[in-house]
This record gives sequence, C-alpha cells and structure tokens, in this order.
Amino acid sequence: MRILAIIRQVLDAEETVRLRGGGVDLSASKLVVDTMDEYGVEQALRIRESAADTEVIALAVGPERSQEALRTVLAMGADRAIHVKTELFLDPISLSKVAAQVAKREDVDLIFCGGQQADWDSHALGAATAERLQWPQVTWVNALKVDGQTLTGRHDAEDGSEMFSVQLPVVLTTQQGLNEPRYPTVPNIMRAKKKELRAEPLEAFQVEPKLKVVGAEIQVKTRLHKILDGKDAPAAAAELVGLLREEARVIA
Amino acid sequence: MILIVVDHANGKVSKSTYEMVTCARELGREGPVAALVLGSATVTVANEAALLVDQVLVADRPDLAQYDAEIWATAVAQIASEGEANAVLIAGSRSGREYSPRVAVKLDAPLLEDVINVSHKDDMLSAQRYTYLARVTETVTTNAPVIVITPKQAAFAAATPGTEVVEQFDVDLSPTQRRVQITGKSQEKTSRISLADAEIVVAGGRGVGSAEGFQTLVEGLADQLGAAVAATRAIVDAGWRPYSEQVGQTGKTVQPKAYIAIGISGAVQHLSGMGKSKCIVAINKDADAPIFKVADYGIVGDVNQIVPAMIAAIRK
Repeated sequence: MRILAIIRQVLDAEETVRLRGGGVDLSASKLVVDTMDEYGVEQALRIRESAADTEVIALAVGPERSQEALRTVLAMGADRAIHVKTELFLDPISLSKVAAQVAKREDVDLIFCGGQQADWDSHALGAATAERLQWPQVTWVNALKVDGQTLTGRHDAEDGSEMFSVQLPVVLTTQQGLNEPRYPTVPNIMRAKKKELRAEPLEAFQVEPKLKVVGAEIQVKTRLHKILDGKDAPAAAAELVGLLREEARVIA
Repeated sequence: MILIVVDHANGKVSKSTYEMVTCARELGREGPVAALVLGSATVTVANEAALLVDQVLVADRPDLAQYDAEIWATAVAQIASEGEANAVLIAGSRSGREYSPRVAVKLDAPLLEDVINVSHKDDMLSAQRYTYLARVTETVTTNAPVIVITPKQAAFAAATPGTEVVEQFDVDLSPTQRRVQITGKSQEKTSRISLADAEIVVAGGRGVGSAEGFQTLVEGLADQLGAAVAATRAIVDAGWRPYSEQVGQTGKTVQPKAYIAIGISGAVQHLSGMGKSKCIVAINKDADAPIFKVADYGIVGDVNQIVPAMIAAIRK
C-alpha cells in the first residue's frame, strides 16, 4: 500500500500573529507541522508498521520553509517527501489540484489530511482532493482499523459519532483522538537528513488561485475586564450575579 | 439563479437556512433565489422553505434519508448546473463544510468557506472570514461567474418568512452510489438545550477538578440558568465529558450571549471556539490565566466556593 500524508506548516499556536502589508507575516514566527496533519502522519506510520510493503509519502505545498516541516515528518518516520514550492497563496480548492495530481502520479491508495487547517481555518482540502480523484472521503476520523482493502472506524458527524466502513482508495481527514503522534528521536532526525525530499516547482501543476486575499486584520473585541477578587466568595459571587443581571443583562 | 441547499433536521428547516437566505440576498447576484430540499419525507420542510425564497426544488426520495457527501455533492452540482446557478449556498454545518468543497470542484468554482459577511462591487465579490484559529479576519475576493459559499453559522441574521407560498418543483437526480457505509451511530443524549441554540453556555476546564466537580459546578450552574454545557479539550481527553460538548479548534464553535468559563485557563485552541461570544465571564484561581484577557466579567478565586455561591445568589 502507498499512503500520502498531506501536511501544512502553520504558525505555532502559542505564537503571536503579526500583520504586515495587508497580510499575515510569518517570516519571523515559529512554524510547526499542523497538529491535525500529525495525526495523519502517525496513522500512516502505524499502518506501515502492521502491513508489509507499505510506503508513506509526505507532501507539502508552500514556501521554501515548508521543507523544515517535511524534515520533521521524515524524522517521525515517513519514507520520502515531496515539496511543491510556491510563494503564492493557494486556497484549499486550488491546493487540492496539486494534491490530487501528486496522488495520481505516485499511485497512492490512501490519503490522510488534517480535519482542519490551522492557517486557513478550512475543512476543504481533504474533500476537494477526494472529489478530484473521484474517491470517497471520510472526515473527522478518530478511530481506524485497516483490514486488507477495507477500512473501518469511527468519525465525528453532525451530532455524536458514526461507525463507518469504506474500501480503498479513500481520503481520510483526521480528528483528535485518532492517535498520539510520536516525537522524532535524535537518531531518526539524523536519518531523516538522508531521506529523499524532492522539490518541484508549482508551475508543473497548472494551478491558478481561485481566491485572492486582499486584507487581514486582527479584530480585538473590547472587553470590560471587570475582574473581582474572590477571597470573600459569597460577596464576589453576589456582585458578579448582580452585574450579569443588571449591567450585562445576560441572565434573568 | 441563486441556489440555497436547505439544511434541515426532524422535519424542520434549520436556523442556518434562514441565515443563508439573508446571505443570498446580500450577494448582489441576478436571478431568483431557489431552495433545494434533499431528503426523504420532506413535505413539511419544503412547505416551510416555500415561505423563504422565490422557488423550491424538491428531491424527496427514500434513498436520500441518510446524508452522504458524494450523493449530496453530485445532486447539488447537477441542479446548480441545470439551473445555471451563479451562486450556491450550503450550510456552515459540519456536513455542509464536508461536501461543499466537492461541489466547488465539480462546478470549477471558488469556495468561500465559513464567511461572516459578503459585499459586492460590480462583478467583484468580497467576503470576510476568520483565519489562524479565528485570530485574524481576512478579506478574500473573487470575480468568478459561479461561486460556492458556506456562511458561518450565526454570522448572518435569520431571514423573516414571507406570506407568499411559492411554487414547488420536483427534480430528478442522476443516481450516485453510496461508497461509505455507516454501520452504527452513537448520539449522546442530553435533556439540555444544544450548544448551537443556547443563549448561555456554561463551560468547564481542568480547574473543576474531576468529572464529579464538572457535574456539581458546571451542570449545577447550567441547570440554574437553562444553559448548555461545554468542555475544554483537556477534560474531554481525560474522559470526564463527551466529545459532543467540546468547544475549540477541534470541537464546536459557539457565539452565545454569555459564555461562563469555569476553571478554564484559555488556551488559543479553546479561545478559537468561543472568543466571539458577546459576553465572556471567567472564574479561575489563577489571576494570570489568559481567559481573563478576553473576559468582560470574572472572579479570581476558588471555583469550588465561587460557583456554589453564584448558584445560591441566582436562586435568591
């Protein structure tokens, strides 16, 4: 089996977002592999550990720096990596065109993609990739079992969760709970430096962005910050309830 | 035409559908607004939709009783193509956001995902949406002739139904095979109001101490206020609460009138799910907890003392 794990390099959640020239400026920020994508990489590695003849390929589309993220994933254990290089902003629908072409060319059977991208706050990449390949998809997978060509598991649906069964090939998007991603060990980080990381220009994929980002702002809602000291609990509680009733008028 | 895919459950049109009608009217696109009803036994849904738009298209078939991303996407794209729709609106629900990308690919259209507003100038459509875990508001534009939009839930005002009942048309769909089999469902039953509909949400984090602490403090206060309950990822992972109650990056997004956070420190991932609430109230023993930075009201103190005292004060 051949598995493609699509990853994105995103801003570390603990980092402050910086804006410059009408867009988000990541040049001075710490970037990490999107947590949601790590679940996919981890699951791919687990499948490889239990099924002989399985190869795990990681794909990232993005600027030069994305190679750091790919090295991390190679150090986790992926066999090889593909970096499609671009400084362009690509919306997920455009991005899926690259992902689907890579999947086809590499003849993969299974694709993992994060349930939500932490930069574009999008759920679209996995589904759009599946559509381009004419494959089924299962989103928000939090438990998975592979038995030959049949995949069974559990995923989050509108309300509560559902058990599913689907045949390869398929696109799965990840959800927390699927697994606990491993950390790259030092020997594996060293080994990863020798693994294949192929860089390709975006031009070969004939992709045009479908959307243009024309502005970005950080809207901070003004908050009242009326914080009371709770040493005298009954008094503080009574004052807070009074404020919520009389001033905020949010409780009866 | 502008095509709205009606989101419905239990024979009723959902609030998101009413919001989509408002969004559709703000697009400045030509043609009638049509509502597409997909499902089985949808008579009451179609009748309700008939008061909201210019025409209703209905595919009422037993095999549409259960949602499927591929079947829904194929049906919506087919109807959109046949009706030469210049905009397709799909609910910002979990399923809507799951199949709308497929519709966008089929129609070779841009996807405006989870947008909070729209505006237009000539052929150029602008929309705003949250990015970077809801910390940034980005503006995107497109002049594409066909667009697919999922409006963010609760971002648009709900349209008021008219008095004129419009005509309903049955539509034929090309058959699509169901490739993902759903073999079981587990739904957490709750007697409480749902997170999406609640005006007040009471949420608990690690600071409530235990599953029992959550029951006493969070559910205790929620019962007193007729509120929904929510949980942080940490306590869902700890098994204290079901995932369906989780608010944050990998859980639900809520925007209630009041969000009362008990024993929640306020990690970025949690804030991304509740940071747009109208009024945020925090109770936490750590005065430096990030949750206080976004709080309108709060108490620095022991949740085990403060919350019971609040319940007592509300009862008075």
